[in-house]
Amino acid sequence: MEYEAVIGLETHVQLKTKSKMWCGCANSFGSEPNTNVCPVCLGMPGVLPVANAEALRLTVLTGYLLNCEIPRFAKFDRKNYFYPDSAKNYQLTQYDKPSTANGHVDFEFQGGTSRVRITRAHLEEDVGKSTHFERNSGVDFNRAGVPLLEIVSEPDITSADMAYEYLNALKEILQQGGVSDCDMEKGMVRCDVNISVRPKGTKELGAKIEIKNMNSFSGVRRAAEYEIARQIGVVSKGGKLIQSTRRWDDVAGITEEMRTKEDAHDYRYFPEPDLMPFEPTDEWLAEVKSRVVELPSARKARFMTDYQLPAGDAEVFKANVELGNYFEQIAKQAKNPKAAANWVINNLQAKLAETNEQSAQEQAAMGLEPADMTLLTLDSLKFKPEQLLELVGLVEAKAISSSAAQQVFAEMFETGKAPAAIVQEKGLAQVSDTGAIEKICDEVIAANPGPAADFKAGKVAALNFLKGQVMKQSKGKANPGVAGEILERKLKG
Amino acid sequence: MATGDFDVHYVAHLARLKLCPEEERQISDQMGDILGYIEKLKEVDVSGVEPTAHPFPLVNVTRPDVSRPSLPHEDALRNAPQKAGGLFTVPKIVE
Repeated sequence: MEYEAVIGLETHVQLKTKSKMWCGCANSFGSEPNTNVCPVCLGMPGVLPVANAEALRLTVLTGYLLNCEIPRFAKFDRKNYFYPDSAKNYQLTQYDKPSTANGHVDFEFQGGTSRVRITRAHLEEDVGKSTHFERNSGVDFNRAGVPLLEIVSEPDITSADMAYEYLNALKEILQQGGVSDCDMEKGMVRCDVNISVRPKGTKELGAKIEIKNMNSFSGVRRAAEYEIARQIGVVSKGGKLIQSTRRWDDVAGITEEMRTKEDAHDYRYFPEPDLMPFEPTDEWLAEVKSRVVELPSARKARFMTDYQLPAGDAEVFKANVELGNYFEQIAKQAKNPKAAANWVINNLQAKLAETNEQSAQEQAAMGLEPADMTLLTLDSLKFKPEQLLELVGLVEAKAISSSAAQQVFAEMFETGKAPAAIVQEKGLAQVSDTGAIEKICDEVIAANPGPAADFKAGKVAALNFLKGQVMKQSKGKANPGVAGEILERKLKG
Repeated sequence: MATGDFDVHYVAHLARLKLCPEEERQISDQMGDILGYIEKLKEVDVSGVEPTAHPFPLVNVTRPDVSRPSLPHEDALRNAPQKAGGLFTVPKIVE
């Protein structure tokens, strides 16, 4: 019998706020333990939480980005349990009246578009971070009370790869939407993965197995792959699965059952008496809605339609918003947007990365931390986008050769001079004058008898070498097409 | 509601309270009285009354997203029964 997997994800994402959810302690990663704490997030008696307005806005903004309904009434509840990472002995969360519900995420998967429905995205608070030692555990409450969004998907995911792509799409939306930095290294995104299997084509869901607390997307993919195979192995041998919780061991590459507590979780949710309900007004919602950005998938599709870009280029501009914006500044005037895209992706992006890598090394040598470094951005380039467009135009019009264009680009990157001025100054205008090129070709053939003989003997690649020499001799000014024709004629003749 | 419907032992465990048999009996009786009172409230006809999350007619109480200084580190750990390396230490948590 053939089986299929049914997967749903609960994704926890830390919101990008300056302060915590209920108090003014800083929401920042990497501080010394227990330095961003106060009586509210340490759960001292008598303190009162006050909701962070920006966290509520980011939650509803997420709702809009994920095509959710935004209920006109939301509230917070206490989820009661005892665990050392929760000083209050309860977590504040939205239990039955969340801020957003019933949305979906569309993303590319296996050459088509897949949709995963979103049950809800609700606002809650993060807990402290525990570190385990030989004899005891230590708790740092800097993270306690950081606004945390829980995004619950419907069980619409059917494979480990699909789960992986869904998570990447979700992350891209939240990052570009300004909701969260989604820095995996800093634990800003964590997932619980619910997996069951059933005979293909049947409707009834199998026993749900939850893999808790995954902190990398590739880990989710590997764990899901393992778990699907394990479950199919059990049921196809006639075994029975029971609802349970498992842990992923990344080193061993297996999931293992976590100790089941004698009694089932009984969180005794009740409405938080210290917080007032939330009823967004039309005006408030409109303000949040004005912050909605173009979704990455829509952006990619638009770049492909509006500028006739291949999927690969559009993908680069989807993932790198600043680069895409830069391209758009020149794309509308470009005669050949594809050529402009090539320059932005292959030359500008590469040069910027190379320059910044070098600059970062130099600044690191001076003892600067990455956060304090000054790096070049697309806004701080010495030349204007129109000048890049001009350069592309010169190449397109065959006024300069592509190798000369590289020189011009390097110079304008360095100095900010106009391309035409650089061409003039360096005498880079392409030479299509056959007389001049012919002379260089004769010299090159005379100086390289070996390759010339190779070409005559039928080794086609030797021509490229000779052509390269002609370009070199002409300092990149020779029209390579013309040079090739002349060389070929001379050698064959 | 009869007292027997209220599992005082279970609820005490959820609240991490250790009760001696005498206390269990006493609290069980008291909770029974409270639940009896709730049962009586159930007789009120509330059809047509919106359930409320809070008795106070106030909504949208928020603060601007501004960070302010936290507690001095020493003060933050002052109540800790055990501490080490700036952390609150607790008996080892094993899942």
